[in-house]
Amino acid sequence: MSTALDNSMLTLVTFIPLAGALLLLLFPRRDRDIRLFALVVSLLDFVLSLHLPVHFQRGQTAFQYEVNNQWISNPNIHYHMGVDGVSMWLVVLTSFLTPLCVLISWNSIHERVKEFFILLLVLQTALIGVFVALDLFLFYFFWEATLIPMALLIGIYGHGRRVYAAVKFFLYTMVASMFMLAAILWLYAKTGTFDFVSIQTAIHNGQVENFSGAALWLFLGFFIAFAVKVPVFPFHTWLPDAHVEAPTAGSVLLAGVLLKMGTYGMFRFNLGLFPEQSRSNASWIMVLALIGIVYGALVAMVQPNMKKLIAYSSISHLGFVVLGIFSFTQAGLDGATFVMLAHGVSTGALFMLAGILYERRHTYEIAEFGGLATPMPVYATFFLFIMLASVGLPLLNGFVGEFLVLSGAFRDRAVYGVLGATGVIWSACYLLWMYQRVFYGKVTHPVNLSLPDLSGRERAALWPAAAAALVMGVAPLLWLNSIDPAVQTALAPFAQLVGKVVGR
Amino acid sequence: MNSANDLAQVIPQAADYVRILPEIVLAIFGMIVMVLDPWMDERRSQKTLGTIALVGSLAALVATLFQSQYPGLGFWDMVRVDSFSVFFHFLVAAVTAVVILTSYEYMQVQRIRAGEYYALVLFGAVGMSLMSSAVELVLIFIALEISSISTYILAGFRRRAAISSESSVKYFLLGSFATAFFLYGVALMFGATGSTSITVIGEALRSGDIPILAFVGVAFMFVGLGFKVAAAPFHVWTPDVYEGAPAPVVGFMSTAPKAAVFAVLLRIMFEADAPGRLWLIWVAAALSMTVGNLGALVQDNVKRLLAYSSIAHAGYLLVAYAALPNNGIPAAMFYTATYAAMNVGAFAVISHIGGEGERYVTLEDYEGLGRRNPLLAAILTIFLLSLIGIPITGGFFAKFYVFSAALQANLVGLVIIGVLNSAVASYYYLRLIVVMYMREAREEVPVSPIPLGLGAALAISLAATIYLGVLPGRLLDYAARTAAEWAR
Repeated sequence: MSTALDNSMLTLVTFIPLAGALLLLLFPRRDRDIRLFALVVSLLDFVLSLHLPVHFQRGQTAFQYEVNNQWISNPNIHYHMGVDGVSMWLVVLTSFLTPLCVLISWNSIHERVKEFFILLLVLQTALIGVFVALDLFLFYFFWEATLIPMALLIGIYGHGRRVYAAVKFFLYTMVASMFMLAAILWLYAKTGTFDFVSIQTAIHNGQVENFSGAALWLFLGFFIAFAVKVPVFPFHTWLPDAHVEAPTAGSVLLAGVLLKMGTYGMFRFNLGLFPEQSRSNASWIMVLALIGIVYGALVAMVQPNMKKLIAYSSISHLGFVVLGIFSFTQAGLDGATFVMLAHGVSTGALFMLAGILYERRHTYEIAEFGGLATPMPVYATFFLFIMLASVGLPLLNGFVGEFLVLSGAFRDRAVYGVLGATGVIWSACYLLWMYQRVFYGKVTHPVNLSLPDLSGRERAALWPAAAAALVMGVAPLLWLNSIDPAVQTALAPFAQLVGKVVGR
Repeated sequence: MNSANDLAQVIPQAADYVRILPEIVLAIFGMIVMVLDPWMDERRSQKTLGTIALVGSLAALVATLFQSQYPGLGFWDMVRVDSFSVFFHFLVAAVTAVVILTSYEYMQVQRIRAGEYYALVLFGAVGMSLMSSAVELVLIFIALEISSISTYILAGFRRRAAISSESSVKYFLLGSFATAFFLYGVALMFGATGSTSITVIGEALRSGDIPILAFVGVAFMFVGLGFKVAAAPFHVWTPDVYEGAPAPVVGFMSTAPKAAVFAVLLRIMFEADAPGRLWLIWVAAALSMTVGNLGALVQDNVKRLLAYSSIAHAGYLLVAYAALPNNGIPAAMFYTATYAAMNVGAFAVISHIGGEGERYVTLEDYEGLGRRNPLLAAILTIFLLSLIGIPITGGFFAKFYVFSAALQANLVGLVIIGVLNSAVASYYYLRLIVVMYMREAREEVPVSPIPLGLGAALAISLAATIYLGVLPGRLLDYAARTAAEWAR
């Protein structure tokens, strides 16, 4: 196996979209060529990112494909990248969704096409960077870098209240990540390094002075930045606005990947750096997660707007992820990671489906539709399939993750499992009810009779998502056997903590 | 023998002149511009005189490089060439060059006579350069006056606009008042320590009891200098003056003289080890950040908005002064350089968009700029993102160094205020970006193509902003070495 390729793989996967964006800058404004080029670049990136799982050493617990070079000497910042089983799949998820985003935006974006695809590709680089960065500074750098292209995508290409939504999105995330920055700076001031592994070791060995007094604040500093991004219950209000106003591709990446930055951050940094504080704060965080699951589902049920409904369903699903992460059980964390991936695929696809409908009717109001199964049978089939995946039907991808999370939560405390399980029921309710209102019955609005069914391009965007949903549901071990060792490593300090408490 | 020695002491040596070489070069070119001006007809003089001034500022850059080979004291220990002064000389000369490039177009559009303008810019640069190398308070005062008087006049250069004259008069009156404070502080300091040399003052203050007079002296000097850098509570003049003054001049006076005064402040605070500096600066920094950012939230005029933003940035910068010297000095130096790059650039864009008589300076006039002139909008966006402090722009590292220096000095409270403030600040910069990209133009505001000079100015400041954001290491290492030199 060529080690040179392995070493540069993460750099390539991260920066190829950016390079593509820079090349696009020089392109003449011929929209067709621009779209085609963006598709080629994102597909190339996807193919390259497949190198990661193919050559991944599954038994190993350490970070793989690591690169570690000095970037800036003072402060001591390294270009340190690497992936474990969790982040690797998130990278693949990102590169998997981007070509689909390009396809789905083919016709819906017809003004300022060049800028749109530049922003999309820049966003992809930033997103992948977040998952592969192992230097806290580099992480923060990519974290903030996701903000600008996303806010611009919403603000320029969105619908009616786009400016409000973009500014709200930007400010929420910006303000919250300031706390994380302060925590990162504190850690740097005390340890002299931004390196994740070194800081982790230093904290573990008790080499950080004044750590015990500051640990809670540091934990909260990181947590609040991630909680806003997820979003955890009281910080969620930016999400419905951002989703409803965002263009389809923006929604797909927002729900599919951006939200996972938050849960990934909790997994990597909250659990990784502050195991004791995670343990002692877990109870209220899990309660918030449960509130998120139930509240998100209940609010989703009464939404008259299809996109808002899917947005609230995201809040509910991400609640499962947080629940799983803070259960500190193998099953819970495995499940949480799996839900992240599954939700990325199925909710991404749901947003694409909603976008397809919007392109035809320019509305997301459920009441505007009804009986769509008659004029658009293929569309209805895709929708049903994806929706069932999202609901958590066994043999589709949603089931595996939620099952694991719930069994983990149950092991942690039975009542968490029981309450969480109601979320699955709720999600069946709101999604099936929406499906009924949109697709079954008579066609109530005559306009809908003449709606064209899916075009070849739209099918090309949906097939991969549907196939992924099925494969993930049938053969979850393909994913779980690389996620498992990463989770074990993350949980190692917790086993010791339990040992300390019990006195074994 | 004895008298020969005396003579050698009063007659400046060649080495002395090397110590002020950049100032000499700038002054000579300023005089050439002034002399040539009456002999040329107005139309042709614009470009020619501008080019002479540009060559002058570039020659000053070269002179600075030459001078950096010969560090040491000159003119009876009144000026000192060290890596610190070289840094600020370089900065001032570079800003001057960029401002001159920006002014090419502006002078023509506004139909301003070029001669005095370029001469004054160069003379101002003389004062600013001298400020950063002077180590004697009286000389600092003289340099401060040279720089101030030029900028007072420059602020009033839009002679057809009443608001410009108002700006000039306001700046002049309040400015003279402030310099008087500074001078008074110098006098008190002399009374307290018996010297006006910063080195001697530092030794005296370090050696024993600190007389109460010294505290008062420091406070008075800080009032004078705080006014010049637009730090709250001495900031009230800023929005009005920035609004009225010509845009390139605002770009100039919000960066070069500020950088020079910050250099003086560094010398006084750290080299002279000014007593009581911590709380003085703590309060001024916290106030400036808060007042500046809150004030900027409600501005509709882009120039006023950036005026408040510059108050806020003075606040961030002052945070570094409250830190320990070995972190604070490099952080402050890095910040001044970065701020100069992004602010000069932002005002270059503004002066271009302003058009004849600076008619287009409200937020509304920027509506739809992203569509009308994507390049200009993208460039301004990068400057604004840098002012917010977003990674890969210099502004990010500038804030980063300042705050981490403060954290290492355990100034957690000040850092929290600073961090919250930068969150607030992102709102109003963002407002401008939102307006440019997400609103459609209500009325057509004409945007002419970017001329060569302005293009060069933008390219330089953009390159500097991004370079400092991607590879900040070299500049910071240089600044850190300077700080280490001082500590010895």
